[in-house]
Amino acid sequence: MSLTDVPTIEAIKLTKRFGSFVAVSELNLKLEGAKCVGFLGPNGAGKTTTLKMFTDLIRSSSGEALINGINVHTSKKAALTSVGALIETPEIYPSLTPREALMMIAEIRGIPADQRLMNIETAVAEVRMEEWIDKRVGRMSKGMKQRINIASVLISNPKILLLDEPTTGLDPRGMTEVREIIKGLKTKQRLIFMSSHLLGEVSDVCDEVAMIDHGKLLIYDTIFNVTSKFAGGQDMVEVGFQRPVDEGILSKTIGNLSGVVSTSKRDDRNITIKFTGGSATQERLLSDLVRLNIGVISYRPSSIELEDAYLKLVTATL
Amino acid sequence: MTNEQNISNNTVPDSMSQVGIIAKYTFLDYLRSRRFFVLLIITVLIGVILTVLVHFRSAAFTSSNLDFYSSYWGSAVTFVIILSGIFFGGDAVSGEFQNKTGYFTIPNPIRRSSIYIGKWLAAFVASTVMFAIFAVFTIATGAYFFGSNIPYQFGESLLFALLYLAAVLSFTFFFSSMFKSSVISVIVTVILFFFVFNLLDSFVLPLAGIEPWFIITYGAGIIGNVLTSPFPPHGPLSAPLGPRRLITLSTFNATIPEGLAILALYFIITAIIGLYLFEKKEFT
Repeated sequence: MSLTDVPTIEAIKLTKRFGSFVAVSELNLKLEGAKCVGFLGPNGAGKTTTLKMFTDLIRSSSGEALINGINVHTSKKAALTSVGALIETPEIYPSLTPREALMMIAEIRGIPADQRLMNIETAVAEVRMEEWIDKRVGRMSKGMKQRINIASVLISNPKILLLDEPTTGLDPRGMTEVREIIKGLKTKQRLIFMSSHLLGEVSDVCDEVAMIDHGKLLIYDTIFNVTSKFAGGQDMVEVGFQRPVDEGILSKTIGNLSGVVSTSKRDDRNITIKFTGGSATQERLLSDLVRLNIGVISYRPSSIELEDAYLKLVTATL
Repeated sequence: MTNEQNISNNTVPDSMSQVGIIAKYTFLDYLRSRRFFVLLIITVLIGVILTVLVHFRSAAFTSSNLDFYSSYWGSAVTFVIILSGIFFGGDAVSGEFQNKTGYFTIPNPIRRSSIYIGKWLAAFVASTVMFAIFAVFTIATGAYFFGSNIPYQFGESLLFALLYLAAVLSFTFFFSSMFKSSVISVIVTVILFFFVFNLLDSFVLPLAGIEPWFIITYGAGIIGNVLTSPFPPHGPLSAPLGPRRLITLSTFNATIPEGLAILALYFIITAIIGLYLFEKKEFT
């Protein structure tokens, strides 16, 4: 695939049955271009099963899983050449060191010999495992192994990343670091398809979201559109302050800004603002808040909105 | 890696090269594993015990050069081979599912067959190390008693044993492909090789007068029999059953072509079925 090609992941009537149980039902989904798409759904919704069908871990009962237009089932090697995948929490041969395990993956993926070592060391540094690079994997904790697994995804610098709950098993610091890595990858023109139970993680990292339940796709759109659709024409942002927020500022100054419907405190230094008027108001609201000089240090779309949308959609299908 | 120009423009190696890559790293994993050292100790112990036996009961072993190799090598090498098969093949494929190591390798641009064959090769090389150690013990002990005069039949037996090793590993890989649980696949393999096959081959089928040509251990009989002169034929064998009764068994001995055919067929058929099962099996 050349640098100008647009990365794509496409499911065409993708179906997986386990006996009479339908895990994924005629899923049609096309992800195209450099972006991060969150894949949400309750336990057993079919998220992991879908990702497994895109990586040859399981075969579809019918339909097609295509990567860059290539069928994963019939042409696995060609399809997965530009894909880095992390499904569940893989184990690595316990007697190998991370350097050896990653070298194996680098050789399998055909990374040129003169780049392998550099790629491995860069990826290991990115997941902060430099001190463990020559220790045996069998002696490592689950979280450390997961960091090595993430490094294995990064070493070939793939154009497409399939990540199944990548922060599983990581401590809070590790989770934050992985999110930062994923955000960094977004800026490098990658298509990232990431399943997660953590709505905050998805709203923090992803641009778009696909929701699935009972094996059926419920919605696929930008996070903004999804949340707007379920917020009754109102949107929400979370604002963080350097100092505790005064009630007066909250209710009068911020509450009276144009477009603001309501404000509420999450804690001393964090508030949520409901507003109308879409992204134009969201943009103006930020500049208004900064102009008020009240110590704004963070401003982002609310994950609570995504949670609301998720709960409404999933409840509707129960 | 952060260089944009490097994005996924790698040329994935051909499947044969990938077999070599999997074999190399799996062997490295075996080489450092506890099971490798345990089997190494067992193999050395077998060699030491047999050497001590030769020293103290030399008449039973050293009536002739060929008898020595038949008693020393022929009696124990199949045991070493079966142990190697169980240690390195018993959970080779099932472990990919149960231990989740398959999740690390499968979602890469590599055919499942390359992983299967690579792992088989690694197990074969690791087993050959044990096999070679036991061969060195045999030759060294033989050289002590008979000088450097090694009968040519020992060379034949070595080759037959290598074919048996290949067949045993194919068979254990096949069973390992059938189950997702490593424990079950290892237990089934142990039961088959140490109890079921031996019982059928040595007692049940001879008692019924049926030649056990379909049992792998029957084919492996050529490893010891080639060291017996003359090569043992089929024939009746009377054995005491109580104080006044004799029981007549039909003893069967595969000829060399028959033995080679049985081992080769076991190798080929179980390799094909095992590979097919691994290709079809799902990581659920």
